[in-house]
Amino acid sequence: MTGSKRKFARIAIGTIGWVVALWIFFPILWMVLTGFKSEMDAISTPPHLFFTPTLESYHEVFAQADYWHFTFNTVLMSVFATGGALALAVPAAYAMAFYPTRRTRTTLLWMLSTRMLPPVGVLVPVYLIARSTHLLDTTLGLGIINLLTNLPIIVWMLYTFFKEVPVPILEAGRMDGASRWQEITVVLLPLALPGIASTALLSLILCWNEAFWALNLTSSRAAPLAAFIASFSSPEGLFFGKLSAASTLAVAPILLFGWFSQKQLVRGLTFGAVK
Amino acid sequence: MAKLALRDIRKTYHAEEIIKGVSLDIEDGEFVVFVGPSGCGKSTLLRMIAGLEEISAGDLLIDGARMNDVEPAKRGLAMVFQSYALYPHMNVYQNMEFGLKLAGMPEAERRRKITEVATTLQLDAYLKHKPGQLSGGQRQRVAIGRAIVRNPKVFLFDEPLSNLDAALRGQMRVELATLHRRLGATTIYVTHDQIEAMTMADKIVVLQKGVVEQVGSPLELYHHPRNLFVARFIGSPPMNFLSVRIVGSGPDGLTVETSQGARIDVPVLAESAVAGSDLTLGVRPEHIVIDAQGTVPGTIRLVERLGALTLLHVALEDGSVLIVQTDGDHGGQVDAPVRLTLLSENCHLFDAKGMALTKLMRHRLAG
Repeated sequence: MTGSKRKFARIAIGTIGWVVALWIFFPILWMVLTGFKSEMDAISTPPHLFFTPTLESYHEVFAQADYWHFTFNTVLMSVFATGGALALAVPAAYAMAFYPTRRTRTTLLWMLSTRMLPPVGVLVPVYLIARSTHLLDTTLGLGIINLLTNLPIIVWMLYTFFKEVPVPILEAGRMDGASRWQEITVVLLPLALPGIASTALLSLILCWNEAFWALNLTSSRAAPLAAFIASFSSPEGLFFGKLSAASTLAVAPILLFGWFSQKQLVRGLTFGAVK
Repeated sequence: MAKLALRDIRKTYHAEEIIKGVSLDIEDGEFVVFVGPSGCGKSTLLRMIAGLEEISAGDLLIDGARMNDVEPAKRGLAMVFQSYALYPHMNVYQNMEFGLKLAGMPEAERRRKITEVATTLQLDAYLKHKPGQLSGGQRQRVAIGRAIVRNPKVFLFDEPLSNLDAALRGQMRVELATLHRRLGATTIYVTHDQIEAMTMADKIVVLQKGVVEQVGSPLELYHHPRNLFVARFIGSPPMNFLSVRIVGSGPDGLTVETSQGARIDVPVLAESAVAGSDLTLGVRPEHIVIDAQGTVPGTIRLVERLGALTLLHVALEDGSVLIVQTDGDHGGQVDAPVRLTLLSENCHLFDAKGMALTKLMRHRLAG
């Protein structure tokens, strides 16, 4: 390939990258912009590209609902679900990565296949179980269901990260007298830390954004941010300004958190530098 | 310090037996090398002794106590892995400290031991370094240091030098041998490199397909290989082999004839030999001399000049090629005709099953 051809290819790839990135980012941008419009500007067609920004919608959102209450619920539920899922997934992934049997791969695939089931398919039984165990509208109840739905992905991810850890290092630990518990906590987990961090981040994001169970299993006490957004799509008609402001508020914390942990995430996804 | 005994040790994996009954005694302070081609089971056997692989059948005794079901760390062993297997997230000091800490050794004593070992291994300047910042040779030293600080009864080495380049390998070989002499600890060392085996071992165990082919001192294996496999495996360049037929026998050995009619009197026990039966004659490259009166004619096909010595590849009339070792200044040229004499007292004879016929004389260094 000649120099100019290579340069053209680089520009083309760069352009495609930007188009895709903007394509993905545009709805978020539009949401943020709409949040700063008045309700009149928000519903005008064709949409106004230039408008006088206003905090009107934000004022109303804060007046109508207790944002911090929903945020607190979401944080509590996400942290519980993520922590619980990791606590269950680490031993499972350890066993599968280092003591595989003939059925390990099948088990992993089967676990992942449970994610293919549409949640609505089990809505009635899950609702009834939650009702009879008094877990309806509790952070614990919503946390448990999020923990369980994310568990397959978390086991799967940890499994791939653990597979990258050279077995002789664990064996050296065993020769040095490490118990199984020490082998996992002192040798394996520090080595797989970047991978575990990115797994945890993914789990947090999934929990944060989960809406189906949030809307069906909670009403007020344990309602997370997904329910906060939904409360602004009322039967009296849609108020796009308020809805957008609420959505922006709901995604902002996790977006910022993701932004700050980006480095960790990338390191996790390009894991393998321990050898 | 410790004595080891392996009693009919077996390993079965997925219904396939990979270690087929190994019995072996290892004396206190001995340097034993397990050697064999890849897949012969030498590493598996070492890992079974270490406790990293289960022993399917048989007994492993260390100082007379059965160790089959004892945890690796409680067997009093330390192991050095081929990939070093250092803890990447700990620095050199912490790497060496880990086992001592787990064993509950007090801080002051740990510090004293590690400092002492680090000094002997010239690692004192690197105690704060992470393994990733060290060269291959330094990592190897840390791995050895981690083993030494634990003061084990037995050292296990699993191909510890195979990741190093040739020059460093030679240097580490000398260091390891010196270290062994100083510590005097029982050592089991696995390698596929027969030079490492020959230079370091008190006793070599040659393995093939999970079976011990021969156990003996390096020179015993070199001069009195028990069978064709050992004869072929030990020695570089390898032993030459020719098909021969017995034409006579007596108290001084057997007389055999090559396919071209050259006769050689080999001093071996003739008890079961039958005239007319076929044997394989083995002779090492340094036991063939170029000699105008030689009985075996051939043509030089290749000359390899190593400086101190020259290897001539000589094709015989039947097409077989013998490697002949001569001195470095030998003037042999490709395509030149030569005549060879095989030094009969150094020749080996192997029967149809590949077993060596017993020689009448023992080599004076073979023990």
